[in-house]
Amino acid sequence: MKCQQCDKLATFHITELTGGKPQELHLCEDHARQYLTRSDDETAAATTLAGVLAHQMAVGQTAEELARLDQRVCPVCGITFYEFRNQGRLGCPHDYLAFSAELEPLIINIHGETEHSGKRPARYAGGTDSRTQLIRLRREMKAAVSEERYEQAKELKDKIKMVEAAPLE
Amino acid sequence: MNLTELARSSGEWLRGSGPESDIVISSRIRLARNLAEFPFISRCTPADRGEVEKRLRNHVIHVQAGGELDYLNVNDLKGIDRQFLVERQLISREHAESEGARGVAIAENEQVSLMVNEEDHLRIQVMHSGLDLTGVWQQINEIETILCDQVVFAFHPKLGFLTACPTNVGTGMRVSVMLHLPALVITRQIDKVFRSLQKIGLAVRGLYGEGSQAMGDFYQISNQITLGKSEETLVSQVGDIVPQIIEYERKARDVLVKESHETLHDRVSRAYGILRTAQTISSEETMHLLSSVRMGVNLGLISDVAIPTLNELFIHTQPAHLQKLRGTELDTADRNIERARYLRRHLNKQDSGNGGKN
Ligand SMILES: [Zn+2]
Ligand SMILES: [Zn+2]
Repeated sequence: MKCQQCDKLATFHITELTGGKPQELHLCEDHARQYLTRSDDETAAATTLAGVLAHQMAVGQTAEELARLDQRVCPVCGITFYEFRNQGRLGCPHDYLAFSAELEPLIINIHGETEHSGKRPARYAGGTDSRTQLIRLRREMKAAVSEERYEQAKELKDKIKMVEAAPLE
Repeated sequence: MNLTELARSSGEWLRGSGPESDIVISSRIRLARNLAEFPFISRCTPADRGEVEKRLRNHVIHVQAGGELDYLNVNDLKGIDRQFLVERQLISREHAESEGARGVAIAENEQVSLMVNEEDHLRIQVMHSGLDLTGVWQQINEIETILCDQVVFAFHPKLGFLTACPTNVGTGMRVSVMLHLPALVITRQIDKVFRSLQKIGLAVRGLYGEGSQAMGDFYQISNQITLGKSEETLVSQVGDIVPQIIEYERKARDVLVKESHETLHDRVSRAYGILRTAQTISSEETMHLLSSVRMGVNLGLISDVAIPTLNELFIHTQPAHLQKLRGTELDTADRNIERARYLRRHLNKQDSGNGGKN
């Protein structure tokens, strides 16, 4: 049997027991090693997320609805829902708000809960929100510079400085 | 930090001390955090990544009162050094293989490591030998609190700490213990144990070689969910189940000793024999045989080799360690020869006392 990731002989046969049913993998020594040392959180996360997303997408959505959903964009970092769905990674903290309706069933599916009940940093209220806006401001400034809108770039730069200097609650 | 120096020791996770260390290899907690004012890694420009690293670097090396941590620029490290850190469980495979500005701060005793620009901007890891999740939680909680005062992490009052992947949102915490369970494997009870763990929301991983035996019979148990439960609850969710698994493993060992003593003694002795005489050996076979010998020592069937020596061999026979100790890069075939030579040298000197030159 050949390795699932290259042409070498598969000498390792891995059964992944994370998640629902066992999944068989056949790999050569190098790829098996790579798999073994892959951080477990990552592997577990990727399998769960992909499965849940695929399932969620398949249930009760027309192709049209799906296409519309995929085109939704986070105003802060510019990621589309399609990009998130493809890579399984979000683009910025604001995505949790921008895609909240889509993410909520996903989060319930993974965690069975929707509310954090653990540690809270001493300061965050407002702080996080205005800080997150810096992501958008920096992105807009970069665009302004590359399009030679220097006047605007200067304004954005001042605004960034102001937000950065603002004290946190 | 001199990695070649480091290669000579066994690192924290295989130090082989701490409570229940004949079965519990190590206890580990990881916390995922992101800076509020930068995009998550996948949307970071090279400039963003550089800026995140610049801001975090100075904080992560000062998280301990005992002295500065060493900071390694992972992007500048050679491939073999990156793999070396992976084998030592100080960085993840992803961190070793990704691209762009990234690094890791490592405490001298290797109990603490902080990865910058992994899947999240910051991954804090604390690992102790043996079963000590409470100690690990206490230490990582202190480190996180220090960092919370210095930088603004992305946090939402309802969702908790915001992470690049929704599977980590909330506490951003992954609690895990690495267990050595050879007797449960031999007595074919391991699947039953797995199924019961999955039912209570824990993930189990093992690497399977030919047949049904895990690589070195090492298994890792960790929490699957990160949201809606407090850190302490997640710690006990994993921690409370461990004594039960230890109990199962010990029972299985008792049964083996009582009911098939000759078969067990034979199996363990043959494994020891092969390790001491082989001329070429893969790392899979090495792990498999070392696992038998390790159990044999714990059961008193083999007495001329110590557990710390075996633990050290588990890690020193990994590819990058082997090459660093040898001082040169080797291909797979040469590694197998070097591995066999290394094993012969270290396992034969125990009883002969004169360095066993075979
Ligand atoms: Zn391969
Ligand atoms: Zn975004």
